[in-house]
Amino acid sequence: MIKKNLGIRKSDIINRRMFIIGVAKLIVFGGLIARLFSLQINENKKYLTLSDKNRIREWKLPPTRGNIVDYFGNTVAGNLKVYQLHVIPEQVENFAYLIARLQTILQLSNKRVEKIKKKKSQLKPWESLIVSENLSWSEFLKINNYLYELVGVKPVMTISRDYPFDDIYTHVLGYVSQPNEEDILANEVIQEKFVPGIKIGKLGLEKTLENDLIGVNDIQRYEVNAYGKRINQLEYQKGKQGSKIRITLDTEVQKLSAKLLEGKAGSISVMDIYTGEVIAMYSSPSYNPNSFLFGISQDEWQLIRNNPLKPLINKTLSGLYSPGSTIKPIVALSALENNIIDPKFKVHCKGKMELHGQTFHCWKEKGHGFMSLRNAMKQSCDTYFYEIARLLGVDRLKKTADKFGLGKKVLGEYFENEKSGQFPDTKWKINNLGRGWVLGETLITGIGQGYTQTTPIQLCLMTAQIANGGYKITPKVLTYDNQLISEQVKRAMLSNNNDKPFEKLFKEQKNIKIVQDSMFGSTNELRGTSYKSRIDDPKYQFAGKTGTAQVKRISKRERELDLKTSQIPYEERDHALYVAFGPYKNPRYSLSIIVEHGGSGSSAAAPIATKLFKLIIDRHELRKQVFDFKEFNI
Amino acid sequence: MFQYTRINSDLNFFQKLKNLDYVLLVCIILLSITSALVMYSTDGGEFLYHTKSHATKLLVFFIMMLMISFFNIKFWHHLSYFFYFTTILLLIYVSIFGIKVSGSQRWIDLYYIVLQPSELMKIAVILCLAKYYHRVNVEKINSFISIFLALTLIFTPVILVLAQPDLGTSILIVSSGLIILWLGGVKIKYFFVSFVTFLISLPFVISFLQPYQKLRILTFLNPDRDPLGAGYQIIQSKIAIGSGGFFGKGFLQGTQSYLDFLPEKHTDFIFTLFSEEFGFIGSILLLFLYTIIIIRIVSIGTFVKSIFAKLFCFGFAFAIFVYITVNLSMVLGLLPIVGSPLPIMSYGGSSMLATMIGFGIVMSAKIHSNQTII
Repeated sequence: MIKKNLGIRKSDIINRRMFIIGVAKLIVFGGLIARLFSLQINENKKYLTLSDKNRIREWKLPPTRGNIVDYFGNTVAGNLKVYQLHVIPEQVENFAYLIARLQTILQLSNKRVEKIKKKKSQLKPWESLIVSENLSWSEFLKINNYLYELVGVKPVMTISRDYPFDDIYTHVLGYVSQPNEEDILANEVIQEKFVPGIKIGKLGLEKTLENDLIGVNDIQRYEVNAYGKRINQLEYQKGKQGSKIRITLDTEVQKLSAKLLEGKAGSISVMDIYTGEVIAMYSSPSYNPNSFLFGISQDEWQLIRNNPLKPLINKTLSGLYSPGSTIKPIVALSALENNIIDPKFKVHCKGKMELHGQTFHCWKEKGHGFMSLRNAMKQSCDTYFYEIARLLGVDRLKKTADKFGLGKKVLGEYFENEKSGQFPDTKWKINNLGRGWVLGETLITGIGQGYTQTTPIQLCLMTAQIANGGYKITPKVLTYDNQLISEQVKRAMLSNNNDKPFEKLFKEQKNIKIVQDSMFGSTNELRGTSYKSRIDDPKYQFAGKTGTAQVKRISKRERELDLKTSQIPYEERDHALYVAFGPYKNPRYSLSIIVEHGGSGSSAAAPIATKLFKLIIDRHELRKQVFDFKEFNI
Repeated sequence: MFQYTRINSDLNFFQKLKNLDYVLLVCIILLSITSALVMYSTDGGEFLYHTKSHATKLLVFFIMMLMISFFNIKFWHHLSYFFYFTTILLLIYVSIFGIKVSGSQRWIDLYYIVLQPSELMKIAVILCLAKYYHRVNVEKINSFISIFLALTLIFTPVILVLAQPDLGTSILIVSSGLIILWLGGVKIKYFFVSFVTFLISLPFVISFLQPYQKLRILTFLNPDRDPLGAGYQIIQSKIAIGSGGFFGKGFLQGTQSYLDFLPEKHTDFIFTLFSEEFGFIGSILLLFLYTIIIIRIVSIGTFVKSIFAKLFCFGFAFAIFVYITVNLSMVLGLLPIVGSPLPIMSYGGSSMLATMIGFGIVMSAKIHSNQTII
């Protein structure tokens, strides 16, 4: 009985205390439910995002670069389908065997195999290993034939840059290649779009217009597991091809320029004298930009690098030359503008001129006799220009030279490697050389020797601005929406009642006419320095000025020997220059030609102009018809 | 007199079958099916090793539970001390010959099952103390000797388990033991005093913790401290649960789990996977199922005649409650990560075995509710 009572007492205590615990349990479970609620209902969005961030990985693919087309819409930098060979290591049973098999099929070098093996060790097993970046079609077929026994091998079709005209446009377009660390750091757009395998512009327009050309990456979204392995593809987001760029150059003229300079070092530039559109810009020799796409071989690179004609230098923009006699139109213009001389002013050329005990030679040893301005230009009499330069003074000459664009970059915004050259004056010499100007230096500046350094494109611009009647133009290599065509600019320039008048580079336009006329004489009249290269047909008739730039001082002995060009060592031969515009009656285009160490301008440079003008003027009609700029500029 | 000493009760088989607690039985079956399905999901929707093994164990232990329930509760009362001391011996054996996995020595390889004696101890300590308080006189409950003996019974295995080291199981053993002391009638004052003492000594206790245990506490306090290292589990677990939302991502659709972001998804983090796939609604239902089981056990406890059975039922119900609370708090980021499985749901034979034994004894208490034990 006692036991029983005790038992009842005990179970009373137990039940009472159980009740307290029951309440506690209820509270605790309530707390757990509240927590579940807060995680799954309140913060659901946040955790859903986090979970997606966990499982979804994006893979960017190289974007497709925009095409570059010439004035007529021909693709000059495009994209080509290329076949690549990828291997996915984790799918391969026996890697060594597979590589040996591929080596025999594709005839890979041992060096290449070593490289592939090294690359494999740096990759995760599910990342694709690129065995060949550019398979030929026959190799691609071979691989496909053997595919059944090559497990883990994936032939891939991808897109690569292609320059269909090989070396014709290299110095204009530049080339693309894999970016290095500097390239990536220097450009934020590249940083953002960078993926292994991307190619970026290294030079020229490809580099300057990188941000327009690069395009938008394709993006693949994959579901990955905790170890980063792709499980399945969720989405393929198509990117966008980069903008199409249309340049002002004419491939046919460019091609001819390349042909004319074949085997020579030099440059040809052609410009529309009204719009400033560059029609051709070729620096010889050039090199094939397609070689850089998949990494250039060491041998080929050495061949380019060690070529004595220096193909890597863009001579049109960064080649610095003494203008020689091609400066004479500017000297003449400056003297006329400053009222130092009039066209009738005469100088007696005796073949040389003495000044302060120094002798200044004319190129014609016997002398030209009495020379007027027109005759002096025509026969390129040095003595005449010594004299007018002396009367003019270098500082006034420089002002005119500056106006016409010497000493300034012409296409600097498009080409990083362009040089500005220099046109000296007294201040320049004090500041740069620390010594005072000597009058003798004025004389040689008057014939384009001495401190003057110009680029071929500057000479071309200078000639263009003389040819269009002395109006300032802005050279360009790209076309724009709604831009005026040459004819419209010309009309506006001549009527000169424009809202935005063209900047005049002259005081009196008749002075420009005098210079134009004397250049006409130089080419089209007997005894003119480029008379042999003239074209009589008024359709093609052009006016020009030759130039022969000494690369070293001619010693007394050499002057007496009077050697033929072919008898002088190559590096010591004169540069041959020629600037011209045409057709003379109705000028459209200007050009500048330089043949390094070509000898005299009249024999080496001027004949090139003849062939060029024929083509340029023939193509003028075609060019006139193509002015729908919108259609091209997408 | 003869009748009382007989181990078998005077009920026949069909009477026993009739007395089975069908509510509890249905709940256990539902829970088992759920757990098998979830295990199937952890295997990525394929009938692989974990699913097979888990289902087999469920079947075997469920039958075992039924067998246990057909034995008179008096028999289990008799066996309590024996069971306790055998488990103590197993714990000692483990500390000498046990299998060592990632730094802790917890398991005995019995070929067909890898036994974790500390899991059995979670039940053994309840059985043992239930018997102890069944026998202790009401007057003597608060005597020093009585409390000291009870504490010795609790802390002997706890020390052995802590030495393995296994903080999670130790905590569960202590809480299962202490609840019997509480139910048994030890003065509330004592609980209060020892609780305050425990709080004061906590910093010292922490200084004795293993480095990895300290790290877990630090990580719990700020999981973002080292998101790819120590905090990884808890962050991923919260992401999985949180991203489940109201309805969940759907069966076999838990991205966190099948993409391997969830650590230990078979065992301690099984709820995370469940919650990711079945959402808030599923989690509430699962919690509801557990609640019914607990309430059912408690209600069995209230009408059984013997103190032993009552204490065991209450104690076991509380233990299940603690297991669930600790496990869920852990995966929900409310407590530091201490290894503690979710009863029946988690993969692991020993835990399931212990839980099924518990259910069996509760069922036996129900069948033999009128049985008194002297």
